[in-house]
Amino acid sequence: MTSPDWPLFEVFIRSRSGLEHKHVGSLHAVDARMALEHARDVYTRRLEGVSIWVARSSDIAASDPLDADAFFEPARDKVYRHPTFYAIPEEVKNL
Amino acid sequence: MTHSELPYANSCVRLGHYDPELAVYTQGLDSLGKDCLQTPSADTAALTARFDAKVERDEKIEPKEWMPDAYRRTLVRQISQHAHSEIVGMLPEGNWITRAPTLRRKAVLIAKVQDEGGHGMYLYSAAETLGVSRDELVAQLLAGTAKYSSIFNYPTLTWADIGAIGWLVDGAAIMNQIPICRCSYGPYARAMVRICREESFHQRQGFEIMMTLARGTPAQRAMAQDALNRWWWPSVMMFGPSDAESQHTAQSMRWKIKRFTNDELRQHFIDVTAPQADFLKLTVPDPELRWDEATQHYRCGEIDWSEFHRVVKGHGPCNRERLQARRSAHEQGRWVREAASAYAEKTRARARRLEESA
Repeated sequence: MTSPDWPLFEVFIRSRSGLEHKHVGSLHAVDARMALEHARDVYTRRLEGVSIWVARSSDIAASDPLDADAFFEPARDKVYRHPTFYAIPEEVKNL
Repeated sequence: MTHSELPYANSCVRLGHYDPELAVYTQGLDSLGKDCLQTPSADTAALTARFDAKVERDEKIEPKEWMPDAYRRTLVRQISQHAHSEIVGMLPEGNWITRAPTLRRKAVLIAKVQDEGGHGMYLYSAAETLGVSRDELVAQLLAGTAKYSSIFNYPTLTWADIGAIGWLVDGAAIMNQIPICRCSYGPYARAMVRICREESFHQRQGFEIMMTLARGTPAQRAMAQDALNRWWWPSVMMFGPSDAESQHTAQSMRWKIKRFTNDELRQHFIDVTAPQADFLKLTVPDPELRWDEATQHYRCGEIDWSEFHRVVKGHGPCNRERLQARRSAHEQGRWVREAASAYAEKTRARARRLEESA
């Protein structure tokens, strides 16, 4: 159990080498070192990871879901960024 | 710090040009943005419609999105009760760690109890995303104002009870939890996926204990049967009041927090568990239990709901003992928490001094 003054940390785990770290959850800890040890005990009891990152939740900036439409709008009409946008005749190979 | 990659992590998640006041949106964040709480009432109808449509499309609702207050309250209540159940659930089994019959059983039981603690942590952190603090929730549990699953107010009298808990109680819990993996609230659904993945071992180790006892000496068989006799009905009651009595079911199903009714889940549990009891050559303590060809379900006897309500209201065999155990654990851990805080403060102060002198 925690004390009221213990900050919240977000936990990111790399499940095996070659893969990216992925957010798995959060926990309270007195400092980063304790957060790493608790993250190991809470999130990797079955060898789910080879590396852990922890970051204070208050240090993470994120986009606002209410503004998501406007925020991601610039990419919406740029379908030509996908290879399937271009019609290439069947007989052309290796393209 | 042992992870050389950590500084990189910090720099890559920081998006410099954002206003940090409105920007924080993380899984376990315990304070909600002001923008969420001050919605002009004219917009409420539009937001509600958008929320309903999203739920209807089976899209997940995430922490900082707008949601109806009642949805938030329902989730806080359900997730925190669920978390408390995991934490209190450690007690009946912890009772047998020192007396497990073999080293293998002891190691398994420790691992299982540790899992329950971990499940409590996943769930508290999911509840915190809804704007309630961990300390508030823990305080509610210790004050006796929060509910947890009544099943943990029954005592574990013999080693066979550890088998029966794994087989029946965890079996019922899994039945309840699998549909919650598809719950409309993202953090709860994700916590539940993790929990269900781990829970299956709990049930199988329990069944293995029952199997060993059921194939053992007459005294061991009798012990297994006695455990089944005592745990069957409380396990069947774990699914909560019947559909006709359940206050929350209809709304929770509309919100896709719940996917099946209490009675549907209970029937499913009985249908899969009764043949397992047959396999063990143990007798389910329900004289009316029998297979019904017509419905392809088991029929069973009346549940004694007066017992259910008695235990929920705090008059079960162990309600007081469980809370007392939690309170004293909390008190006895106080000096550890204080020491950790003091040590962290000292370390920070030393780092500041080094920085200043450099």
